[in-house]
Amino acid sequence: MTMVDPDGGSTRRPGKPLLELCDLRKHFPIRQGALFQRTVGQAKAVDGVSLTIRRGETLGLVGESGCGKSTIGRCILKLEEPTSGKILFDGADTAGFDRQDTAAFRRRVQAIFQDPFSSLNPRMKVEDIVGEPLLVHGVEREHSAIAARVRRLLDVCGLSAGLADRYPHEMSGGQRQRVGIARALALRPDLIICDEAVSALDVSIQAQIIRLLEDLRDEFDLTYLFIGHDLSVVRHICHRVAVMYLGKLVELSDCDRLFETPQHPYTKALLSAVPVPDPEIEERREHQVLTGEIPSPTNPPSGCVFHTRCPLADADCRSVVPELKTVGPDHAAACLKIDQRITEPA
Amino acid sequence: MTALLEIKDLVVEFSTPGGTIRAANAVSYDVNPGEIVAVVGESGSGKSVTALSILRLIPDPPGRVCGGEILFQGENLLQYNEEQIRQVRGRRIGMIFQEPMTSLNPVLSIGRQMTEAMRLHLGLTAAQADAKAIDLLKLVGISDPESRLKAYPHHLSGGMRQRVMIAMALSCDPPLIIADEPTTALDVTIQAQILELMKDLCRRLGVALVIITHNLGIVARYADRVNVMYAGRVVERGGAREIYRRPSHPYTIGLLNSVPRLDRPRGSPLDPIPGNPPDLTLLPSGCAFQPRCTHCTAHCAAEAPALLPLGQEHWSACFESEGLYGVAAK
Repeated sequence: MTMVDPDGGSTRRPGKPLLELCDLRKHFPIRQGALFQRTVGQAKAVDGVSLTIRRGETLGLVGESGCGKSTIGRCILKLEEPTSGKILFDGADTAGFDRQDTAAFRRRVQAIFQDPFSSLNPRMKVEDIVGEPLLVHGVEREHSAIAARVRRLLDVCGLSAGLADRYPHEMSGGQRQRVGIARALALRPDLIICDEAVSALDVSIQAQIIRLLEDLRDEFDLTYLFIGHDLSVVRHICHRVAVMYLGKLVELSDCDRLFETPQHPYTKALLSAVPVPDPEIEERREHQVLTGEIPSPTNPPSGCVFHTRCPLADADCRSVVPELKTVGPDHAAACLKIDQRITEPA
Repeated sequence: MTALLEIKDLVVEFSTPGGTIRAANAVSYDVNPGEIVAVVGESGSGKSVTALSILRLIPDPPGRVCGGEILFQGENLLQYNEEQIRQVRGRRIGMIFQEPMTSLNPVLSIGRQMTEAMRLHLGLTAAQADAKAIDLLKLVGISDPESRLKAYPHHLSGGMRQRVMIAMALSCDPPLIIADEPTTALDVTIQAQILELMKDLCRRLGVALVIITHNLGIVARYADRVNVMYAGRVVERGGAREIYRRPSHPYTIGLLNSVPRLDRPRGSPLDPIPGNPPDLTLLPSGCAFQPRCTHCTAHCAAEAPALLPLGQEHWSACFESEGLYGVAAK
């Protein structure tokens, strides 16, 4: 079966795996005591996640606060040491990298963060912020060569060259986010981790930045891991989506399938919670509002972590941990109740 | 029906190092008893400043209300003295803020904070106020309310804290509640819970609600009427269905085209509004939206368009609105 390409007929087909997460776990110790600290528990921020990001695709990672999506991003960027599990980049285990490998890896994997106010050094000019990676990695040494490349990068990101000697506080939020993107692009990376990259922006600016990210993806053959909580945005920009809840992957699917036929009750609830900007549709829509709060990852529920809020949960769900099962082509979900349900569009 | 709240030509100015800025520039809107009115706009549009002015919560200096009227139940709140306005805050108008962590006092128990207003405004005894606080916590869906009274804000999750804020806003049975970005800091599923709760309570208790937000989806799901603000002015107003069906101001149209939507086919391209949000210290002459507007003419630079009626329950502040009216309908 051939799928209609949602990307407006571009010929891009996801290729080989670029990044693989194998049973990744990151547990943070909870310490108590002032002088002699002892570990009294573990916060299971990421608890056994396996994922593949293929070259050229944009994988969305969605979930609510505390689900571990940002921790995964930080583990990939080597900002956190995983507790267990492997991260393979281009087939090589990143844990085994020496200094040189790590430097090369960091050239190929870059990040764009949520808050353009705190992710840019307020004492550095735009020119220096964008040029710093070139200098650090020894790509360019001549000041004039760096300045020329910075101007090109700013131009690619829709910023005028005149902004090069401005400081971050002299710019608007949207412009600052463009600077962050220019900095991420400076080393011509393969993979960019976008951690809530558009969440802090105003609606009209958010649309501009999404457009920019899409254009750059096509122009530079970028692969994105797009971490976000806004499902409408994730649906717009991503090819595949992974839904997380309390450190676990609950559903992983091709973007169209996930939004047309969501399988996991949590995914369904998330979709139902997103309001559509049309009062007439909203009136007809059924709103499935989840009860209860998100449990703490320090003391996650037994069995299926979602059972405390799940409308379908029964005794089995409280004791058996569901595995991620294939429910369709390129579509997997972790729910014990899936066989018993008829697949219905949300 | 006489309006419960009527803001007329409100002007609020702030003095900043860069000069005096007009955060609200002749803002007018009204709220009828029991209805849900949304004020929508991006940062710097003046939506919060206008709402905070109602309860005189703008720090003065640097802020100053320089003109207009705020009529609440027929009386101009701007002419009230400090003592009178205190009688309005919490008693006649409840307020819910964005960040429930910073708007609750971290060193006072939930019970103490909830009963304070009731004892002050309603003259209840400690025991009566406690009993009412327990009822209110039940009403907003908090389990085990008796023990929650002794809890402190940091014991509660963000969603729970926002429920407490709603309970506090309702505590003196005000006819109007103002909610400033009440769910922006919350997760999606918790946001849905809180908004459903607010809508349900307002409908059940007949309380009018002013909801200030930047989220067009929330407006569509919950509001009866909408005011769209840009650079300190209301640029479009009307019934929610009408505004979404026939957006007629280029800014509203641009906003609606900027958001990716779950109900549209995937891959439909976004059509962002070009340019940057307005710098209030350097507003252009004429219409403030003119530098970003694709329909702008010479007229727009010369004169600021007034908010004029366009159709049934529909006003727009744009010289080109007649031509746009109904055209943008899907």
